[in-house]
Amino acid sequence: MSELDLTKLIFGRLSWESIPFHDPILIGTFIMVAIGGTAVLGFITYKKAWGYLWHEWFTSIDHKKIGIMYMVLGLVMLLRGFADAIMMRIQQAWAFGGSEGYLPPHHYDQIFTAHGVIMIFFVAMPLITGVMNYVVPLQIGARDVAFPFLNNFSFWMTTGGAVLVMASLFVGEFAKTGWLAYPPLSGIIKSPGVGVDYYIWALQIAGVGTLLSGVNLLVTIVKMRAPGMSLMRMPVFTWTALCTNVLIVAAFPVLTAVLAMLALDRYADFAFFTTDLGGNVMMYINLIWIWGHPEVYILILPAFGIFSEVVSTFSRKRLFGYASMVYATVVITVLSYLVWLHHFFTMGSGPTVNSFFGITTMIISIPTGAKVFNWLFTMYRGRIEFEVPMLWTMGFIITFVIGGMTGVLLAVPPADFVLHNSLFLVAHFHNVIIGGVLFGLFAGITYWYPKAFGYKLDPFWGKMSFWFWTIGFYFAFMPLYVLGLMGVTRRMNKFDDPSLQIWFVIAAFGAVLIAIGIASFLIQLYVSYRRRDELRDDSGDPWHGRTLEWSTSSPPPYYNFAFTPRVHDLDAWWQMKEHGYQRPTGGYLPIHMPKNTGAGVILAGISVVLGFALIWHMWLLAGVSFFALLAVTIGHTFNYDRDYHIPADEVAGIEAERTRMLANHV
Amino acid sequence: MSEITHDTLTGSAEDGQRLQFHETTEHHPETGTLLGFWIYLMSDCLIFASLFATYGVLGRSYAHGPTGQELFDLPLVAMNTTLLLLSSITYGFAMLRMQMGRLGGVMVWLAITGLLGAGFLGLELYEFHHLITEDAGPGRSAFLSSFFALVGTHGLHVLFGIVWLVTLLFQLKKHGLIAENRRRLFCLSMFWHFLDVVWIGVFTFVYLMGVLP
Repeated sequence: MSELDLTKLIFGRLSWESIPFHDPILIGTFIMVAIGGTAVLGFITYKKAWGYLWHEWFTSIDHKKIGIMYMVLGLVMLLRGFADAIMMRIQQAWAFGGSEGYLPPHHYDQIFTAHGVIMIFFVAMPLITGVMNYVVPLQIGARDVAFPFLNNFSFWMTTGGAVLVMASLFVGEFAKTGWLAYPPLSGIIKSPGVGVDYYIWALQIAGVGTLLSGVNLLVTIVKMRAPGMSLMRMPVFTWTALCTNVLIVAAFPVLTAVLAMLALDRYADFAFFTTDLGGNVMMYINLIWIWGHPEVYILILPAFGIFSEVVSTFSRKRLFGYASMVYATVVITVLSYLVWLHHFFTMGSGPTVNSFFGITTMIISIPTGAKVFNWLFTMYRGRIEFEVPMLWTMGFIITFVIGGMTGVLLAVPPADFVLHNSLFLVAHFHNVIIGGVLFGLFAGITYWYPKAFGYKLDPFWGKMSFWFWTIGFYFAFMPLYVLGLMGVTRRMNKFDDPSLQIWFVIAAFGAVLIAIGIASFLIQLYVSYRRRDELRDDSGDPWHGRTLEWSTSSPPPYYNFAFTPRVHDLDAWWQMKEHGYQRPTGGYLPIHMPKNTGAGVILAGISVVLGFALIWHMWLLAGVSFFALLAVTIGHTFNYDRDYHIPADEVAGIEAERTRMLANHV
Repeated sequence: MSEITHDTLTGSAEDGQRLQFHETTEHHPETGTLLGFWIYLMSDCLIFASLFATYGVLGRSYAHGPTGQELFDLPLVAMNTTLLLLSSITYGFAMLRMQMGRLGGVMVWLAITGLLGAGFLGLELYEFHHLITEDAGPGRSAFLSSFFALVGTHGLHVLFGIVWLVTLLFQLKKHGLIAENRRRLFCLSMFWHFLDVVWIGVFTFVYLMGVLP
């Protein structure tokens, strides 16, 4: 074997050429990341915190810690995704009148692709999954999820996908295809580089995590509810989580399959999406949207659940129309599978097919509208407290209704033929995703933060964040509606018509406001930590909540509940308070709990190596890591010693501390 | 609605109703493994559904290449199908032995199941090899791409089933028919029968309908 072959066997396509030394922006970013990363790692080492992190967090199978780790992942990736966003806004405000701006097309194309992929898969999904992970077991009175190890594994697989996307920034390139990587552009002829391969393997690895976490939460909700909690006594957030996880389990396999087909086309010369050998490009587009449309409901349904919890808590009222809320959620779940074709009315499938999908799309606005009215009626004659989560909720109701209406507009096929692929569409989906999902997540974070950390978030910086985000959103995206109506298409890196420039400048100004909103949120975290003694909540129930998560201490003990609650009503904790429930202070029993394990981290780490090797055609490393993955998986199944009992004394000690805190509080 | 403060935590019930708000004995939630595995299988089923759908759309896109009628060797596939269906029966025998608590019987029937699965895989590999040497590989046409993807994915599942089965044999030998192993036997049983059901779909839609003119 010659030396060249050996190099190729080991390094595949990877060479020094793959590192973007020629690009000052990327080198600058790399230096920043390297300095930041070294600082963080150095700080952890200086504090001797590695052991703590490994034992208490990375290997933890506690759903609460995993939930928090998901939130950290989502927020870190939000910064990356937003950096991409503001780069695009600057480029588009700049590149007029013969100016090329500062981002050449090949770089700009990677940025909008990375922005979409990161925001959906590595910001919205981890944040949503994180909130569900943290809150659902507490709301249903369970001690953990159904499969605690799987939960840890899922988290690390999601992180593994994020690591690959981040690696593409400095080693090679990312896809230049848009966030859904349509062939033939994503095929091997038009995209011979590693960008699309990064895309495929990052999503496949993260997809395993998402799917398993969906199975896990689904079984948790079905099997582990506290005695007495019938389905129609489940908190609304848990209901939306149930529906979202049904959607995850039923939609993500399609994504896995279609990405696998794209990979086969690229790696093994298959002909699924190549017209000359009888393949069909529209097959890809249909399949990916059969996943993609439910995906947006996967994101929005839990946000609806958060708003429902927030509205009823801060209006001091039972949620108006609980049953209709549940049915609306279920109807949306079902309908979300019947609308995928509205993403490509222009495919030309004819008036009958298009009108079917146009009508089903419009029908979705009915249950969604019912929800909006339920929230409004809950607020009606309620004793509303304008805490920060409530502000996000009201901002959501107004913003989301606008986004919903532009959505119905796009659902009309003839209108869609005009607006397809225009900035109007871009404005629409940012309107519903920012105004719906993101506002929901901020409401949820502010609402449950005291539960997770034992102190409230500072309201001043929360309000700053809310107002800058909201006003910034309108500045950033309303101009895009206007531009879209004027026929400006998406994904352009420069423009000829100078009269358009003012709109892009306004949009860029909006992005700056949003940047201040994000900064305010980060300052809020820091300031709240500094002021944690003033903001401390000893009661475990800072908002006078209604559901079971508020019945335990903040933060909850790792077993959540010393005694499993028994539920008699929808707002279980509210009813307990009304009945003057007395917390038991004795008679504790040993509690059965799962043990921590490092297998999740190791498996996900090997998966990242496998993904990286496949991206760069390092066949030797790919083979080795594949067999390592198999060996570790099998090895893990030989571990039968997976659980233990917390002794009753330990429970008694923790609960006595809680009794003391409650006494202090009054 | 009355304002509730934390004082009521230590107060007494106003309306005299005495509801029990917590369990005083250890609460055992139902184990969810079998439900979870069912849900996983259904998600896997959707991967096959996507592949079947793709085959449905592309299955006659021959690109002037060979057709199913020219390529498929029904007697071979019949033998293949027989092996796989038999392996489901033998797995059933293993489960019966498990119910009786007879470890030896379980292991023997499992081993037979694994051998039948391996036979199935061997025949499939032979068929694939034969097709590829006849210039009817997956890159020849969209029809063959979707054929290899669908049948190959099923084959990979059988391969993983066999790896799992062998692992389980070692674990049975080590620990016997303890609760964990019984649960694993149940899960593998569902997996194995699931692959059988999928194969019946493949056999019907790909091979039998493929040889129709």
